[in-house]
Amino acid sequence: MNDVVQSEPFVMNIGPQHPSTHGVFRVKATVDGERVVDAEMVIGYLHRSMEKLAEERTYTQNIPFTDRTDYLSSMSNNLGYCLAVEKLAGIETPPRGQAIRVIMAELQRLASHCMGAGAFANDTGAWQTPIMWFMREREKILDIFEMTSGARLTCNYMRIGGVAFDLPPGFEERVREFIAPMRQTIADGEGLLSGNEIFLARARDVAVVPHELAINASLSGPMLRGSGVAWDIRKADPYCGYEQYEFDIPIGYRGDAYDRFIVRLEEMRQSLRIVEQALDGLPGGPHSTEVPLALRPPAGEAYARIESPRGELGYYLVSDEGPSPYRFHIRPPSLINLSVLREMTVGGSIADAIVALGSIDIVVGEIDR
Amino acid sequence: MPTATDHWYDFRDLSNLSRVILEGIDSVGPSELAYLVAPLIGFVAFFLVFVLPSQLFLGVYGERRIIGRMQARKGPNRVGPLGLLQPLADAVKLLQKEALTPARADRAIMWAAPIFFVAPAVLLFAVIPFGPRMVFADLPAGLIFFIAVSGLPVLAAFMAGWGSNNKYSLFGAMRVVAMSVSYEVPLVLMLLGVAVFANTLSLPGIVLFQAEVNLWLVFMMPLAFAVYFICVSAELNRTPTDIAEAESEIVAGYLTEYSGMKWGLFYGMDIGYALAASAFAATVFLGGWSMWGLEQWVPPWLIFVAKTHLFYFVFIWTRGTLPRLRVDQLMGFAWKFLLPLAVFNLFLVALERLLWAEADLGDGIVFAFAAVNIALSAVAVWGWARLLGYRPERMPTRPRLAREAGGYVPLDDPAAGGR
Repeated sequence: MNDVVQSEPFVMNIGPQHPSTHGVFRVKATVDGERVVDAEMVIGYLHRSMEKLAEERTYTQNIPFTDRTDYLSSMSNNLGYCLAVEKLAGIETPPRGQAIRVIMAELQRLASHCMGAGAFANDTGAWQTPIMWFMREREKILDIFEMTSGARLTCNYMRIGGVAFDLPPGFEERVREFIAPMRQTIADGEGLLSGNEIFLARARDVAVVPHELAINASLSGPMLRGSGVAWDIRKADPYCGYEQYEFDIPIGYRGDAYDRFIVRLEEMRQSLRIVEQALDGLPGGPHSTEVPLALRPPAGEAYARIESPRGELGYYLVSDEGPSPYRFHIRPPSLINLSVLREMTVGGSIADAIVALGSIDIVVGEIDR
Repeated sequence: MPTATDHWYDFRDLSNLSRVILEGIDSVGPSELAYLVAPLIGFVAFFLVFVLPSQLFLGVYGERRIIGRMQARKGPNRVGPLGLLQPLADAVKLLQKEALTPARADRAIMWAAPIFFVAPAVLLFAVIPFGPRMVFADLPAGLIFFIAVSGLPVLAAFMAGWGSNNKYSLFGAMRVVAMSVSYEVPLVLMLLGVAVFANTLSLPGIVLFQAEVNLWLVFMMPLAFAVYFICVSAELNRTPTDIAEAESEIVAGYLTEYSGMKWGLFYGMDIGYALAASAFAATVFLGGWSMWGLEQWVPPWLIFVAKTHLFYFVFIWTRGTLPRLRVDQLMGFAWKFLLPLAVFNLFLVALERLLWAEADLGDGIVFAFAAVNIALSAVAVWGWARLLGYRPERMPTRPRLAREAGGYVPLDDPAAGGR
């Protein structure tokens, strides 16, 4: 008996039914004790064939589909798609429509980051408290969406050439009332977590993505900015008149999970700044241009990108002058951000793998489409 | 000393009641009957009067309400007035549910684990003094009994994890055992300091010691109290050290495959162990039933229950606030941080005890000891943390801000202004 204790790695399934995979996503983790030696990602559990379905429907009918890709930020998805169609067909949006779009997109970013930061805190084990605080504020945003578009989650509010309806009466007061408590909640969440020794121990230097890897892997959004790369589509390639608003790009230090968390919190502050500026300078006039119901854009292709809460969300459309797109393709930021999960997890422990996954802030509806 | 009378109606001392009952039985029946009934009364007294209500209304209802309050929501408020009957409704629901056993599970072990888990929880309360004469088993070595019995549920947790034949469960079981082994060591060293200082191993004796010198041990040994709190929360798998049941990592640890009342027993007795640990802390560190003379007017057992619940509240509080540590960090914390502090505390306390006994200083000197210990503890914690590389000031908690989009901003770039 010279080999008394033998150990061998075994495969542990994290997901598709697991409290921390944020949807039906599965990691086949090969673990040696607590250490992850290999991680294989399995996606496709939520595939709904949206890109193919969209080829059978008119351009306007496709807007509700985009709601259901990244179901935590439907406004941003609407916006990205509408921008692509407008680029394809050469449609101008009136200034009021653009300002409303900016307000909605930024509110959506706040709502999504509330969820992202809260769920990340949950993954580190801060049992439900931060997420409930953030959810309280997110509810207010969803209420604002409901009073504007009639729906809370899948808003279907943007239209080609503008937005579906003008802002309802009382909208501005509602949003202004919301801003101060939101600031306070961000500060509360920061006070509870950012300086917390346990949180630092869990998130600092965990799941590090060096900036070279971040750029090579084509990451975007808080994942990229957490690695210290100052990149934001709103600054680099402004749309909807983002160039007239004043805001900063928060960037992290080392590209670890903690950096991504604090970048999200700071982005929420910057979003509030943008919302305030947009409300102050809200122009009058029509909220939308007249667009024929059966839109037939000229033959060609267009790619429009926006800074969604998760990163660069791109829509690629090809038209053959028909009433529906010849090709409809989404560049989902979650999928591309997820591609570095293996690099982030291998070598760490299982607990670190959960933190790494939480810090990416994936939405499986967008990954599988 | 409190002056409870021997009348049965004196509710400052409930042991009068049992004595009267036993004397009555003794006068009508054979004396053996009284021997049989006595433990039963004791069990019923502490279990039905204290443990069960505390479990249900503090452990289940109170915890959910308080955490709900912390999380900006209401908590249970539908069943009964203010939702007070929620724990009963939960219990009824759990009884009705099917307790599944996976096909590949080791049935015998999986079936026996909840039983092994429950029995020690009941035993633990036997040595806790609820009042001057209200102690079920006044063991001379009650401290050791308590530590020994509180180590038993680890076995049950390991059985549960092993018997379930589930990878998550096995992870949980492995973590429970590793944690328990690590955290028992500083815990026992701390309690050794208590025993040295109080010069007794009996729990009523420790309470009497605190009542006599009019100073609770928490002030005399703040370090021991802090380490005790950390160690029991680790052993009980309470947040921030709930790695054995870490919901976001390994689903529910060794409880993953349990359902129905089998799970209910684990859940209920988890609270039972937390209550026992709180009762033990109230006894050893918070002066037990004594309260600077107040115990002559208020029933001492009420004071004791209040202290226990206060300590339990801190458990709830940390659970609602703190994130969870990683398992290797927890182990490192126990061995690198808590163990040296425990040794330091034991050394300090033993020195003071020796000084006290040899130099014949009188009881008042404990206040001086307390002042010295509080200061030295703070210095020791801070100094040892610095020695291990704790540098809080080097941690930026806000990101840098860039004005324009561009490429990578190096860390020493002044334009981004590293705040």
